[in-house]
Amino acid sequence: QRAGSEVEHPGLEPAPIWDGGTAGGSLTGYTTMTENNFLLKKIEISVSEAEKRTGRTAMNMQETYTAYLIETRSVEHADGQSVLTDALWRRYSEFELLRNYLLVYYPHVVVPPLPEKRAEFVWHKLSADNMDPDFVERRRIGLENFLLRVASHPVLCRDKIFYLFLTQEGNWKETVNETGFQLKADSRLKALNATFRVKNPDKRFTELKHYSDELQSVISHLLRVRARVADRLYGVYKVHGNYGRVFSEWSAIEKEMGDGLQSAGHHMDVYAASIDDILEDEEHYADQLKEYLFYAEALRAVCRKHELMQYDLEMAAQDLASKKQQCEELATGTVRTFSLKGMTTKLFGQETPEQREARIKVLEEQIKEGEQQLKSKNLEGREFVKNAWADIERFKEQKNRDLKEALISYAVMQISMCKKVGGWYLTLLPVCLDSCSCFSLLLGCIGICSHF
Amino acid sequence: MEGERRASQARSSGLPKGGADGESPGGGAPFAGSSGSSALLQSEVLDLDEDEDDLEVFSKDASLMDINSFSPMMPTSPLSMINQIKFEDEPDLKDLFITVDEPESHVTTIETFITYRIITKTSRGEFDSSEFEVRRRYQDFLWLKGKLEEAHPTLIIPPLPEKFIVKGMVERFNDDFIETRRKALHKFLNRIADHPTLTFNEDFKVFLTAQAWELSSHKKQGPGLLSRMGQTVRAVASSMRGVRNRPEEFMEMNNFIETFSQKINLVDKISQRIYKEEREYFDEMKEYGPIHVLWSASEEDLVDTLKSVASCIDQCCKATEKRMSGLSEALLPAVHEYVLYSEILMGVMKRRDQIQAELDSKVEALAYKKADTDLLTEEIGKLEDKVECANNALKADWERWKQNMQNDIKSAFTDMAEENIHYYEQVIVHCGGMRRPCQDGCWQASVSYSGMASKPTWQRSLPGNRL
Repeated sequence: QRAGSEVEHPGLEPAPIWDGGTAGGSLTGYTTMTENNFLLKKIEISVSEAEKRTGRTAMNMQETYTAYLIETRSVEHADGQSVLTDALWRRYSEFELLRNYLLVYYPHVVVPPLPEKRAEFVWHKLSADNMDPDFVERRRIGLENFLLRVASHPVLCRDKIFYLFLTQEGNWKETVNETGFQLKADSRLKALNATFRVKNPDKRFTELKHYSDELQSVISHLLRVRARVADRLYGVYKVHGNYGRVFSEWSAIEKEMGDGLQSAGHHMDVYAASIDDILEDEEHYADQLKEYLFYAEALRAVCRKHELMQYDLEMAAQDLASKKQQCEELATGTVRTFSLKGMTTKLFGQETPEQREARIKVLEEQIKEGEQQLKSKNLEGREFVKNAWADIERFKEQKNRDLKEALISYAVMQISMCKKVGGWYLTLLPVCLDSCSCFSLLLGCIGICSHF
Repeated sequence: MEGERRASQARSSGLPKGGADGESPGGGAPFAGSSGSSALLQSEVLDLDEDEDDLEVFSKDASLMDINSFSPMMPTSPLSMINQIKFEDEPDLKDLFITVDEPESHVTTIETFITYRIITKTSRGEFDSSEFEVRRRYQDFLWLKGKLEEAHPTLIIPPLPEKFIVKGMVERFNDDFIETRRKALHKFLNRIADHPTLTFNEDFKVFLTAQAWELSSHKKQGPGLLSRMGQTVRAVASSMRGVRNRPEEFMEMNNFIETFSQKINLVDKISQRIYKEEREYFDEMKEYGPIHVLWSASEEDLVDTLKSVASCIDQCCKATEKRMSGLSEALLPAVHEYVLYSEILMGVMKRRDQIQAELDSKVEALAYKKADTDLLTEEIGKLEDKVECANNALKADWERWKQNMQNDIKSAFTDMAEENIHYYEQVIVHCGGMRRPCQDGCWQASVSYSGMASKPTWQRSLPGNRL
């Protein structure tokens, strides 16, 4: 099936896994979900509408925002008919909340990205205004894409909070916050710190991080240049539009050439207007690339999590080692390392054998605890690595498939654009030639016709 | 002459057997879309009859053998109209071939200047030889133009390229500037050669054949600088009067010229702007392809696809460059020439008005009996002839000029349309080349995708997902 391979994913971190039986009446159609990997086998999700709304912020100030209608339909087996099961409105910030939650609870997963918050890589015609209808439309598509990605992910699709996002309009925000996920989130500073302090980084993750940096850099560059190219192309087309008006005025003074000029002018107007649709279609291609630009960030997040776990592990191991050494020193009486106790002993006199015994006992307890912790941390780490790599492999295949198809359909788009525009120029020719048709030119046209 | 005229009429209303005794190239098959052209021909042929007498006025050479060079207006067969697009007369009937090439820099103590080599090949009897090679500089061309204007004040003398580049740096020795100028000078001389009257001008002949020192001494003849200046002063004074009494047809002509001048200037500006925009587009595109190659370095599985997108874009880049050069070689110079022509037309109109004004002032003088009546009447008689000649010359040349203009403009835009078609053709071919690395069927899948739908490709095969 689409969207990833059949992959074992045991050992998930304790997260509320949505269970078919407890959620309520409308779920009867979904009981088979927990057994199947993919939600989308049974249901359709669409973000079908966008609406401008006004409301009040927490500070009681008026604000305008856009709300998106999410509709879920269950697909019946037999006749492929679908029945609307849920419909609710969500705004962008709620999507962000959902994603942040998923990031915390599934740190080993490359979590699908949201469409951009603000329009980036804008070329001059597109406005950077969030209320612009074209931007809202592209965002609607992006949000739908996000939900479909999550629903087709073997792990994420089973999440209860995600399910509630699709089905429980009121109170969903409170439910998410109640999970306390914000507290579980790792601080960015901690993560950054870990990056520089890890002693034994996993080579695979280092390479992956490097790859995600490169991906981000190259796609950004590509999108920037594409925006500039789009800008220039827009200029070329629009200037041709000026011919339209001039030819029309000129045709008024010409007898024989008048009709030809009028017609040519009209062609120029059509040509100039065609660029708007062309560039809008290109914008969709750009959105597909942008998705992977943001996916690069998600990849990096997984790497960072690994680094953090690795760092944690190294710190724990280091701590254990130092405690063991202390213990040994106390037992043997040799002081190789500096310790506060040692200092105070020197200053205030030797401690009694009883005191020493007590201290050794404490340390031994701590060492035992530490060893347990280290063991579980190691286990956790290995589990993480296993699950993460499984998801990364899944992601790689998805990325290769998607990007390949996007690039090819970009070429297809150019072809159909050229056919359309080239065809117009072809109809312009007889207009130009008018009564002075050139034989050889006509023959040439016939040759070209086969392409169009 | 009569017999020939009627024969030409018959021939033109029928269909092609060639313009003159079946000599014209291009085969003899009729072609579609000529219905309009034969209607056109009919009307032109009728005009020919009306202006019969006028033809005698400016065609100096009585031994006209060809129908086509006989008519100042247009060739009389549809087939020769094919060549009208590129040549003004059928190539077979040309007897004067001129090329301008080999710009060379000359450095003297006073100045540096460029000379151009001019090669003339001719079969005409009045030339001493059949081939001539001379070197001329821009100043010499200016001299020639001045002499032609003097001799034929109401004929439309072709434009010379500008003295300096108006915008940008005044780089007289810049390669592009020299090449543009060379082409324009070539056009200038050929237009004169193709003009039924100007082609026989004596100064023109001297220009094409005389050695440097011969030309210098020839230049020194003729009215001196002071007398020419005197003429100019008188001309300015009387030109206003001429406008008042302008006959209706010349009012119409003037209106046309004014509107045409406006429009052609706009078209010139627009065309230059398009070139500039295309250049900037090309500059950005040059960067676009290589990014995909850069990307392919970090992607194992996408190398083929990315590299072929890159090559696709680079090929399209080349096609853009070709289109641009087509524009700068055909459309831009053609439109610019007519910008210059529009200025010339206004000058011609002025001179016609001046000649009329001379007559009018003498007529006025007679009315007020300011001077010797007999002398005045004689002078008026001469001036009336002069005015009639000037008017007729202009009328005839005007028709010829308009026809050429229409052909040239159509041809220029046809070239532009052709260049664009070739460009889009090239893009289609190159994008189609993407097919190769993707034999695993995903090309087919994409081809069936309309390419314009908004859903990302991966969603297409989701079950139950409606597209």
